[in-house]
Amino acid sequence: MTDITVDRLPETKIGESYLDEGHSLASWLTTTDHKRIGILYALSITAFFFIGGAAIGLVRLELLEPHGLFLTDEEYNRLFTLHGIIMVWFFLVPSIPTTFGNFLLPMMIGAKDVAFPRLNLMSWYLFVIGATFTIITIIAGGVDTGWTFYTPLSTLYANGNVIAAAAGVFVVGFSSIATGINFIATTHMLRAPGMTWTRLPLFVWAIYATSVVMILATPVLAMSLLLVSVERWFGVPIFNPNNGGDPLLFQHLFWFYSHPAVYIMILPAMGVISEVFACFARRKVFGYTAMVYSLMSIAVIGFMVWGHHMFVAGQSPYANLVFSFLSFVVAVPSAIKVFNWVATLYGGQIVFKAPMLYAMGFLGLFTVGGLTGLFLASVPIDIHVTDTYFVVAHFHFIMVGGSVSAFFAALHFWWPKITGRLYPDYWARFGAITMFLGFNATFLPQFVMGYEGMPRRYHVYPEQFQVYHVISTAGTVLLAVAYILPLLYLGWSLLYGNRADRNPWHAAGLEWETLSPPPKENFERTPTVTSGPYSYGEDAEPQAHTA
Amino acid sequence: MNPFRFVSDVSHEAIVVDRLFFLLVGISVLIAGLVTALVVIFGVRYRKDSPAPRRALPQMLKNEVEIGWISATAFLFFFIFWWAAAGELSALTAPKNALDIHIVAKQWMWHAQQPNGIREINEIHAPINTPVRLVMTSQDVIHSMFLPALRIKQDVLPGRYTYLWFNAQKAGTYHLLCAEFCGTEHSRMTGRIVLMTQPEYSRWTETEAPTHGLAAQGETLFRSLGCSGCHGPNASVHAPDLDHLYGHRVQLSDGRVVTADEAYLRDSILQPRRDIVAGYKPLMPSFRGIVSEDDIVRLIAYLKSLSTKNVLNQQGERQ
Ligand code: HEC
Ligand SMILES: [Cu+2]
Ligand SMILES: [Cu+2]
Repeated sequence: MTDITVDRLPETKIGESYLDEGHSLASWLTTTDHKRIGILYALSITAFFFIGGAAIGLVRLELLEPHGLFLTDEEYNRLFTLHGIIMVWFFLVPSIPTTFGNFLLPMMIGAKDVAFPRLNLMSWYLFVIGATFTIITIIAGGVDTGWTFYTPLSTLYANGNVIAAAAGVFVVGFSSIATGINFIATTHMLRAPGMTWTRLPLFVWAIYATSVVMILATPVLAMSLLLVSVERWFGVPIFNPNNGGDPLLFQHLFWFYSHPAVYIMILPAMGVISEVFACFARRKVFGYTAMVYSLMSIAVIGFMVWGHHMFVAGQSPYANLVFSFLSFVVAVPSAIKVFNWVATLYGGQIVFKAPMLYAMGFLGLFTVGGLTGLFLASVPIDIHVTDTYFVVAHFHFIMVGGSVSAFFAALHFWWPKITGRLYPDYWARFGAITMFLGFNATFLPQFVMGYEGMPRRYHVYPEQFQVYHVISTAGTVLLAVAYILPLLYLGWSLLYGNRADRNPWHAAGLEWETLSPPPKENFERTPTVTSGPYSYGEDAEPQAHTA
Repeated sequence: MNPFRFVSDVSHEAIVVDRLFFLLVGISVLIAGLVTALVVIFGVRYRKDSPAPRRALPQMLKNEVEIGWISATAFLFFFIFWWAAAGELSALTAPKNALDIHIVAKQWMWHAQQPNGIREINEIHAPINTPVRLVMTSQDVIHSMFLPALRIKQDVLPGRYTYLWFNAQKAGTYHLLCAEFCGTEHSRMTGRIVLMTQPEYSRWTETEAPTHGLAAQGETLFRSLGCSGCHGPNASVHAPDLDHLYGHRVQLSDGRVVTADEAYLRDSILQPRRDIVAGYKPLMPSFRGIVSEDDIVRLIAYLKSLSTKNVLNQQGERQ
């Protein structure tokens, strides 16, 4: 072993892990390596995730009693606002793209880095500065508008630091836009020889579609937050009806961003699931072309359905019908994806490792989330259940059951590649199952109480709903365990886990051909691609590698 | 108060909504069941090293499968859309003879005013087997009138009117909630709607009736605010006659023709410059800041009474 190493000295040098390119804090804070930036993002969003989680933990405790336990109305409202703002903008929107997208996109297409490495680092700084600023203002001064900032509540009536909070979100928006531009440029310019568009892994397509949505939708959010600040600060009547403004204008602008934002959160998750299913079923993803087209059509049609958030807002009933129709249209490609994932299992050699369990959890929860979306797209039902816990349950099924499960699937799938270590599969599978059960216990009761009429954002509530709230809070405890557990066993893996070889899952894809963890330049030499993705032969099976 | 129920029979509309809901539950259970069953079957049959044969699907069949389920889902979804849309369209606008109850929402309470001037707070009394229309506006932020037992909800906005109508069929006391987050005490902005049989309702209105009905109060305001000085029969100013205005079409100076509904009357009082009646000078001052939302409700009731005396009489007879 030693002899050979000496022989191949120049290559070992290039093969040095990206993690060993400097251990000082400065080397991390000034890095332009997409992999290190991915790690920076991962650390920051993890911190934000637990702050947002703590906030909702308090809310769920408070809801054990119909008349509240320990919070005032004001504090309660601030906590769910904090939860919403953090989870949407500082966790879900950046989650998969900025961590796994950053780390993997260049590797999956055979590139050395993203197209604009310094812009990439700047995006992270914008993100951390904006997010930290907002969180501090909310915790210190308090904002109680909800994450939706509806006018004229946010502009004329709400107390607290609305402008400061909005300013932070505004800044974070530019980080999203810059990241989107970077990923699009990377995909167009830096594909390795032979990596044609139809050979791109679906994860790359998903990140690409997400990036398009990011750069088209985020400016509209920036605009609407700017207008809120202008009205609140200078009294310019934009949304204030007493001076000729229109409060609904804000909702149109806001949802024009925020519905596509749902797709910013779910498209990358769909990409992850395609990779994981293919690997652990040892099969090509069923219907690659249909998968690509459905990703892109979701991204496009997603821009035309914002009005389904406004069926009772005072919008014309005919507009309601159009938005309802388009919402059913956008559901078709999502359904296609579910069927294709299921069909991918057909004739496979399925192994139920931790990433696969998380991915299967995604499949089940996303299906329920999608189906309840059909309820909400139907105008008469939406009129009854909008702004109730039914909606809360629905979007948590999509964004937590869907996106967060996929995030964990990705984390467990690529962990050996990112860290070069293996983790105890037993604990990881235990975590996946706990998460699935905890999630259902938390959110299934919310469908029931929502349909009965329990409104969302209620600090005190009719006693009849207490039993559902208690079950839901109990589920939250389970969910919290499932989120904290990975910190422990993955932390253990970092220190004591067995070394991973290049390809512990025997997965297809360029990122698995290089070392684990990869060298700074990603590949020893630029790879040449000769075939499409997911070339899982009959004989290649994932090894039973565990720590 | 009646509890929240998973199935409601308080109005025909509620029954329609529940029916659609259970249809969708059925479809969802089928689809989710299908997905789960396939995952379980494939998961067991094609687990690693299982003896099941793995035959590759021919390409041709693959395409058929794909096209098959794309069209099946599209067809199913459009069917649901059609069913739901039909449900919505059938209940779009309130019948002309609906009983109008005015609602003014403000942080954090509901004001209701009955046609005869009875004022209520966080409570609405209404008859069953009669179309009832809530004419709603807000004094501050956006609120949302939510009547879960009737399966209906409508946001209540500042600066304009929104409407919610129902025709209940089962008497009882039901929850009334604010569903749009409206600030600190949002969750306390709740109350009840009391649905009563028509005789009960008439008895209630008689015992509670204030000395002057809404329209009568409006007439007093019309005089005290000086409206009559311009709009009255022997006014010195050239201003339009307001008799028979409500519900009729008005020709505006910029060529538009609009119907004089509540929103138009409200705008005429608060923003007279917006719609100038053809042939008149923009002389009318704005009453913004001078009249409260409640006053506007009264003024409008008076103006309505000038042109809808017949309708009012009908309602009188019905009581
Ligand atoms: C200084 C005289 C003046 C006073 C006082 C006045 N108005 Fe007017 N009003 C007018 C004139 C002139 C018009 C026609 C021009 C226009 O449309 O603004 C008008 C128009 C209207 C219209 C629209 C009529 C239509 O045919 O479409 C309504 C409704 C109305 N006024 C109600 C009121 C009420 C209610 C008050 C009292 C709160 C009031 N006005 C006080 C002068 C006046
Ligand atoms: Cu949406
Ligand atoms: Cu409210």
